[in-house]
Amino acid sequence: MAGQLATIQGLTVDYYFILSTVLFSIGAIGLLTRKNMIVMLMCIELMLNSVNLLLVAFSSYFGTGDAQIFVFFIVVVAAAEATVGLSILIMAYRNNRNIEADLLNNLKG
Amino acid sequence: MATESLILLVLLFPLLGGIINGIVGKNLSESLIGIIGTAMVAIPFIISFSIFLSLDKAIQIPLFTLIQMSKFSLNAGLQVDGLAIWMTMIITGIGTLIHIFSMGYMKGDSGFHKFFAYLNLFVFSMLILVLGSSFFMLFFGWEGVGICSYLLIGFHYNDKEKGMLNTLAARKAFVMNRIGDLGLLIACFLLIGKFGSLEFTEIAIKMKTIPIGMDSLAIISITLCLFLAATGKSAQIPLFTWLPDAMAGPTPVSALIHAATMVTAGIYLVVRSNFLFELAPYTQHIILYIGLATSLVAAFIAMRQNDIKKVLAYSTVSQLGLMFVALGLGSYSVAIFHVTTHAFFKALLFLGSGSIILANHHEQNITKMGGLKKYMPTTHMVFLIGTLAIAGFPFLSGFFSKDEILAAGFGHGPIIFGLLILSASLTAIYMFRMYFLVFFGEFRGDNHTRDHLHESPAVMTIPLIVLAILSIFGGALNFPSFMIESGSHWLDDFLSHSTFGLSAVHPHHLDTTIAVGIMIGTSLLTLTIIGISYIIYVTKKKTTKEESEFIGWEKLSTKKLYFDELYHSLFVKPIEWKSLNVLPFIENGILYKIISILTAFVVSSGNQIRKIQSGILSSYYFWMIIGIVGLIGYYLIYFKFWNS
Repeated sequence: MAGQLATIQGLTVDYYFILSTVLFSIGAIGLLTRKNMIVMLMCIELMLNSVNLLLVAFSSYFGTGDAQIFVFFIVVVAAAEATVGLSILIMAYRNNRNIEADLLNNLKG
Repeated sequence: MATESLILLVLLFPLLGGIINGIVGKNLSESLIGIIGTAMVAIPFIISFSIFLSLDKAIQIPLFTLIQMSKFSLNAGLQVDGLAIWMTMIITGIGTLIHIFSMGYMKGDSGFHKFFAYLNLFVFSMLILVLGSSFFMLFFGWEGVGICSYLLIGFHYNDKEKGMLNTLAARKAFVMNRIGDLGLLIACFLLIGKFGSLEFTEIAIKMKTIPIGMDSLAIISITLCLFLAATGKSAQIPLFTWLPDAMAGPTPVSALIHAATMVTAGIYLVVRSNFLFELAPYTQHIILYIGLATSLVAAFIAMRQNDIKKVLAYSTVSQLGLMFVALGLGSYSVAIFHVTTHAFFKALLFLGSGSIILANHHEQNITKMGGLKKYMPTTHMVFLIGTLAIAGFPFLSGFFSKDEILAAGFGHGPIIFGLLILSASLTAIYMFRMYFLVFFGEFRGDNHTRDHLHESPAVMTIPLIVLAILSIFGGALNFPSFMIESGSHWLDDFLSHSTFGLSAVHPHHLDTTIAVGIMIGTSLLTLTIIGISYIIYVTKKKTTKEESEFIGWEKLSTKKLYFDELYHSLFVKPIEWKSLNVLPFIENGILYKIISILTAFVVSSGNQIRKIQSGILSSYYFWMIIGIVGLIGYYLIYFKFWNS
């Protein structure tokens, strides 16, 4: 198979790879630069889903289905995780009347 | 039951007694505590007596392995032979009597249960010491009796007047014993190095395969270290000064630990390792001279002591010196014979003095006593027997055992023999000085005490009477051969029959005429001394002076030949000087500097590093990304350049 690229719905896996990398970088940089915790949470989700995308793409590329099933589980877990994250956020808001991440600095040395 | 399990019971009972009295004793009544404590020593005595009757050869009882290494293993085990069972019977037998006595003596003491717990633990440790099958077990018991001795000397540490003195005496005994213990430890290491074992029998067997020359460096260093240990525990020069101070403890403790049993541990150690000492005549000479010197020095000091217990303490040191003389002469069974009779009469004398002290409201100064004969008839009777026995009055126990030592010394030149005779005569002189001062003449204490003088209760006098009977007839254990047809030297035979090494050593027996001559000579000497003492102290009514009024040789004697002062200026002062002058320089100048630099470094680096913990979420995240990128980069480069 060397040299010859398999396609997924007419696109080579390269495009999926590049898209996933771009999404991941957006998420990572967003997490660095933004202070609003909702946005930060969204960035994390973005990073997670970029990885999911890559997983599905490679799964299709190699012609196996198990990673695609796996991604369903990841999505479910990510949903639960987002719930927990949001509820922490709500509690933080109740305490501080604010959702700036830098206000939560009680552990400063 | 087999001997193996019986001997374990002998060890178990005192331990059990110690634990019971130590833990729940506070809530029990005094009589119950006393009965438990006494029974836990009396039962082992009965058991060991039955073992003694059926014993025909040495028995080894391995218990468990403590340390297992490729070439060496440290085992806990017991060994029952003639010597071990004989010592066991002395310890438990005398121990029982002293426990009974203590029930009367310690009556009403706030630490009553503690006292019996300590005594039981002491008996347990002492039994481990004599029943152990190796130098390791011996060392274990050795340390055990040391700590019990320490606890019991300082028993009245919270006494208003003497509390501090008691504590200091206990500390002195402990520190002095540590020096001796160091000798025992070094000897153990040397034995492991030389023979690869600490078991008595194994060492004895290996001595036949490993050639070890007479007076070789190895054997001399081993025996000298063992002897150093013995001088510590058995109070010989140079480590004897702790024993007289140890009289700060309650009188039953002085009787049991510091006269009858623990201080004879050193003699037991030498007898037990006789096969080593037989190869080192050099060490035997040292033992002989040290023993002789100790015996004379202690007897001289005892001449002008005014504290009744101090006299007895120095007399103990002196008698222990005589036992070491016997050991130095290679007469091991004679030494054990003297240990036995000494245990009888010295326990008797100490308990008797306890009875006297109790009647005199804890006054121990003999210048404050006198004329006690009519107030305390029973105590007077038994004390007289004990004094006669220790002085070597004909046909009492001390007469026979001391005579055997004199007979052993006879073959070793007139000087040694003469000094032995001198030591024996000094014993008679100081003992009868004390006896006459205490029991004859007028009472010299205050009126209040005189009105309260009384005979001790039966619980105290009955052990005294039993000990008095033993002191009279104890000599029958080892009659010289010319006095009876059969059964002579019974103890010699018993010990050498079943104790390793002793059968190889043949006691030196003198011609009948010389032996009888020595006996008659010493008897006449003793009788003369008693007569002269009677004239001086009873007919002429001479009383002794206070300790501060002595001059000349008497001052030298009462000041204990300035041994304490000598040690103080030789060892304590230099260390004190060093602590005051040298150590502050090292401590403040060097150690403190190093430590402060270290702490300053830790504080400042902590201040720097804790800035990393900023509390800013995105900064943590930033460093995390740096780390991940770094790791990935590292592995990419690694696989690119090294694996392809």
